[in-house]
Amino acid sequence: MPRITAVKALQETSFYGAVAFFFVLAAFPFYWMAITSFKTNADLYNVTNIPFWFTEPPTLEHFRYLFEKTLFTTWLLNSLIIGLCVTAITLVTALPAAYSLARMTGRNGEALGIGIFLTYLVPPTLLFLPLSRVITILGLQNSMWSLVVVYPTFTIPFCTWLLMGFFKSMPREIEEAAIVDGCSLFGAFIKMAIPLSVPGILTTVIFTFTLTLQEFVYALTFVSASDQKPITLGVATDLIRGDVFYWGEIMAGALIASIPVAIAYNLFLDRFIAGITGGAVK
Amino acid sequence: MVAIADSVPKPASRFRFILDRRDVLGSIFVAPAILYVLLLVGVPFLMAVYYALSAYTIYDPSWKFVGLSNFEDILENPVFLQTLKNTFIFTFGSQALGLILGKFGALVLLRPFPGRKIVRALIILPWAVPIALATVAWQWMFDSLYSVINWTFIALGFVTREEAPNWLGSPDLALLSVTIVNAWRFFPFAIVIFLAGITAIPQDVLDAATVDGAGFWRRNYQIIMPMILPIMTIGLVFGIVFTFTDLSIVFLMTMGGPVGATSVLGFAGFQTGITSGDVSHGAAISLFMLPVLLIVVVFMLRFIRRREI
Repeated sequence: MPRITAVKALQETSFYGAVAFFFVLAAFPFYWMAITSFKTNADLYNVTNIPFWFTEPPTLEHFRYLFEKTLFTTWLLNSLIIGLCVTAITLVTALPAAYSLARMTGRNGEALGIGIFLTYLVPPTLLFLPLSRVITILGLQNSMWSLVVVYPTFTIPFCTWLLMGFFKSMPREIEEAAIVDGCSLFGAFIKMAIPLSVPGILTTVIFTFTLTLQEFVYALTFVSASDQKPITLGVATDLIRGDVFYWGEIMAGALIASIPVAIAYNLFLDRFIAGITGGAVK
Repeated sequence: MVAIADSVPKPASRFRFILDRRDVLGSIFVAPAILYVLLLVGVPFLMAVYYALSAYTIYDPSWKFVGLSNFEDILENPVFLQTLKNTFIFTFGSQALGLILGKFGALVLLRPFPGRKIVRALIILPWAVPIALATVAWQWMFDSLYSVINWTFIALGFVTREEAPNWLGSPDLALLSVTIVNAWRFFPFAIVIFLAGITAIPQDVLDAATVDGAGFWRRNYQIIMPMILPIMTIGLVFGIVFTFTDLSIVFLMTMGGPVGATSVLGFAGFQTGITSGDVSHGAAISLFMLPVLLIVVVFMLRFIRRREI
């Protein structure tokens, strides 16, 4: 018997060891972000200090510098404006498209839906050269509005696919009943389908927003003016003076920008997976 | 009496009649999305192909057709061959590492334990947080002087301060570093995909196998693995596409350096096409992604078709 308990204890220990390993692996860089942003420079740049905790008392100086002396608030605002505009464009185009592909176009709709989804896989690094020409023709070079034009190229395919699955899971009878009761086809979409798909729409809004926050390649290519940058680009490339990295400020900015995205992802994770796998898992 | 007056049908306009036809309204509904994608993905894609076959630079915006000479130039350049090799190492190295971590992570998270929800939420972070922001955190962790990784190694007595590795400064270590960061970014995605696949397997299938005498490993490799293969493939397809074409990790951490040791296709395309303004060669470099993308698309289509049957 003692042998069995010993084996069991060993199993338990290795299990929690594995949990701890994954926990540290995933979370440590963010812990490192957080602790760096609250440390004084004297504490940060001293290799004899233990880096994992504060040797000197924590400080808010990096956050103060970030908000008062840099364009951080401008970047936050830019990202918010870009996110809102892209979300609006995406909803207006993807919502009817998804409904049409799920309900109105039959077998062709299915093929068309797959076609639209595949464009989501066309990478920015293949399109940025011709798109920068398009941006120049539109007169939007070096402006955040170029991103408002370009970001829907990946949010529309993704959200159309996401919403298509959502509309398909809705019972047809509801709209048919509305049409029998004298509603037009368009009316059935506006008055029945949209109100019933509010959870799907909400998911779409959240994901469009996070996709715009995560994007880096197009922003890097099209926007080089500091005051036009979205937050991800600004924090990653604009807090460096010459060769000097402002690590405290960079980490503070990264921390602030990460938190909302992290929360949104955790809340809507299951829907995202269902969307990305095209309902392969129910 | 009022009710009767109300129920007199309005004269149906011609406009209304057309909008009530399912196929017509369907086409109108889907048109804006298709147009947007055609104009800003389809047309630019064709432009990219033409750029690669032309002598176009930002200094000489001619559309002169030069055939395949851009591709010949590129293939003769040893730096490009290095880039191609790096891209494959970066992509498949990080996907393999990510899948292994994902499989074990999923096994860990399958078992209930106190605090599992919180651990799961934290494990998602590397994939959820914008990669550019996570990358700068890693860059700081790999710093040549203040690296926390090196500090730990020194404190544990593995190395001395003088011989501590310069993660982003030596060619092999730099490629390893960017690959690790990319694997780190994707392993939560792999975990989530594995979990979604495993929990979708009906319990009675597993029970039946157990009754028939299948042990843990047999269940794992002969029942669970084949059943989650489709969803795993989808996850891997996404991972490969996004890694093979990525430039942000390399751009932020190493700028392709030291001396091209971490340059990948996306980054080389950016350097040549945008930074140096040699659009035609940049486009040709980017087009080397196409074969991989095509294979992936074929996989994806086959998977989708099989799912429908």
